[in-house]
Amino acid sequence: MTRLTRVIPPGSEEDHLPNVDLSTELANVAFPSPVMTASGCAGYGRELDQFFDITDIGAIVTKSIMLEPRSGRATPRMAETPSGMLNSIGLQGPGIDSFLAKDLKWLEHRGARTVVSIAGGSLDEYVKLAQRLRLSTGVAAIEVNISCPNVEDRGQVFACDPMASSTVIDGVRRNTSPTVPVFAKLSPDVTDIVSIATACVDAGADGLSMINTMLGVVIDTQTMQPHLGGITGGLSGPAVRPVAVRCVWQVHRALPDVPIIGIGGIRNGGDALEFLLAGASAIQVGTTIFNDPSAPIRIQRELQRLLHARGFDRLQDVIGHAHHVPPPQVPDVIDEDIASEPETAGAEG
Amino acid sequence: MAALQVRGEVLAIRRSGAYQQLTMVAPGIAEQVKPGHFVALAVGGDQSSMLLRRAFSVYRTEDRGVYGGTVEIVFAEHGKGTSWMSHLRSHDVVDIVGPLGKPFALPKEEVTCALVGGGYGSAPLFTLAEQLRARGCRVDFVLGAATEERLFGVLEAKRMAQSVAITTEDGSLGETGRVTDVLPAILERTKAEVIYACGPMGMLSAVATLAPHYGAHSQCAVEEAMACGIGVCMTCVLPVIGDDGITRMVRSCVDGPVFRGEQVRWQDVGTVPTDTHGAITPAGSGAGSAAGSGGGHL
Repeated sequence: MTRLTRVIPPGSEEDHLPNVDLSTELANVAFPSPVMTASGCAGYGRELDQFFDITDIGAIVTKSIMLEPRSGRATPRMAETPSGMLNSIGLQGPGIDSFLAKDLKWLEHRGARTVVSIAGGSLDEYVKLAQRLRLSTGVAAIEVNISCPNVEDRGQVFACDPMASSTVIDGVRRNTSPTVPVFAKLSPDVTDIVSIATACVDAGADGLSMINTMLGVVIDTQTMQPHLGGITGGLSGPAVRPVAVRCVWQVHRALPDVPIIGIGGIRNGGDALEFLLAGASAIQVGTTIFNDPSAPIRIQRELQRLLHARGFDRLQDVIGHAHHVPPPQVPDVIDEDIASEPETAGAEG
Repeated sequence: MAALQVRGEVLAIRRSGAYQQLTMVAPGIAEQVKPGHFVALAVGGDQSSMLLRRAFSVYRTEDRGVYGGTVEIVFAEHGKGTSWMSHLRSHDVVDIVGPLGKPFALPKEEVTCALVGGGYGSAPLFTLAEQLRARGCRVDFVLGAATEERLFGVLEAKRMAQSVAITTEDGSLGETGRVTDVLPAILERTKAEVIYACGPMGMLSAVATLAPHYGAHSQCAVEEAMACGIGVCMTCVLPVIGDDGITRMVRSCVDGPVFRGEQVRWQDVGTVPTDTHGAITPAGSGAGSAAGSGGGHL
């Protein structure tokens, strides 16, 4: 009988990691690694801790927390799409009180760095959430999910309007401890993401997370009705990655000093590197976690090897690298080699 | 118990009626599996465009096979993911996460049990039957499906049960009809105290509704669409009444897939009942009532 190959648990190839300094800084807060989980894809950390040590990555970004407990939407809540998925969860969660008492406490006790994502339906809600968090320890940063409908403005999504975005960010910033950075999470479903980004930064955002999901609809051709209970859903996964990289690229170009967390379809170390090259100082792994619960630690290791292979020994040096036009050095023949570089990078993962 | 993620290897794949049985070497997982546990498979290979895991209840395990512990599942080919699985061959690598979920609760005493399976939903019931019998419980099976070839495990059931009742909707084997048509008579005759059921929602709903009329408890393993299987995606929820009497949208992957029949609000599956904890009020007066419809943020 043929001998079966050895079964290797994923993420166990810890040996032979090159010496690359992965530390990154986001608005004066240092993180040992740029790899975080994306909000809504890692719960509050507990489940993933079965698959890898959650203190080994940069941070856990919590599922967006609201003031009150929330049941979320009716099922079906998801649809698989090519290289992605559509979700319509409806921000199901326990509410801030239960979150602080149980989930945040657990994360703190576990020693994880925690970025708390908050969501609200009105300015008042965001402000109250910030005030509650101010009294709490164990918050490395706050990420403001502004892709929520404003109940006081006919359900208009905050993130789609510069004024509404800036009002929320201003309210949160004023009510958050000065030592805790506030990140605004932007929606790609806007005409000009740079204007929203600028409005958030002017309102006091210390950094920007991008992108949130893109709105989509899937219609079941059998029932001839929309598949999701909530009809529309957010598209995520590798399908949105070029859009996300474009957003990071544009905003970094316009606001080069503002730290950006890149999010959108990151599946391997090469994808993470792409965001860093575009100008992100950190990245978040989202939908890929559903496919591979050890993805954050795997991607971190892949990134480390890839940075080494590209000749970097500090992550800091690669941030925004793609924006620097390389000086023309040598004539034609070698140019062809340089032109083939991106392909090599893409195939790496 | 902690779930593991392993790169398993296909040992065998074979056809069984309308279904396929897939045996994988999955050391670490196999040894921990209890009846009712499930595993979640990544499909399509490392570069797959299908990102969501496919969940399957475990049919049986072998703790120490020649190659290490093995896990066997049963699946029906009905989509792109299961179509990919049907092309798996020996030595192919499969990424497996498990064991997942809450298994069937076993009775502490020697009681009579009815095991009800719809289609290949019967898969987890055979190891359950073995364990029940080892505890001195009487086991009677009821297996139903649309057609004969969609039944799973009839011979195996006959080997281990006191009696086996078969129903098919087209009458190709056993009685014409559904399991719930014959179940009352069986409960009457056997005086079963516990019903274990696994199959489509409609069947589970009927079994759970029927059980208390015969003084029986029911343990139902639900089949909800899942994306991750480990409790982070929040897609597989259904309205479940807690011990405190409050209805919550509960994840079937970590709080289930096995629920006590009376806990689940079967008629409300696919909705959020208005009295659910944190329900979004239809009037829209609640805080952020429409949130989630816009940004679609998880």
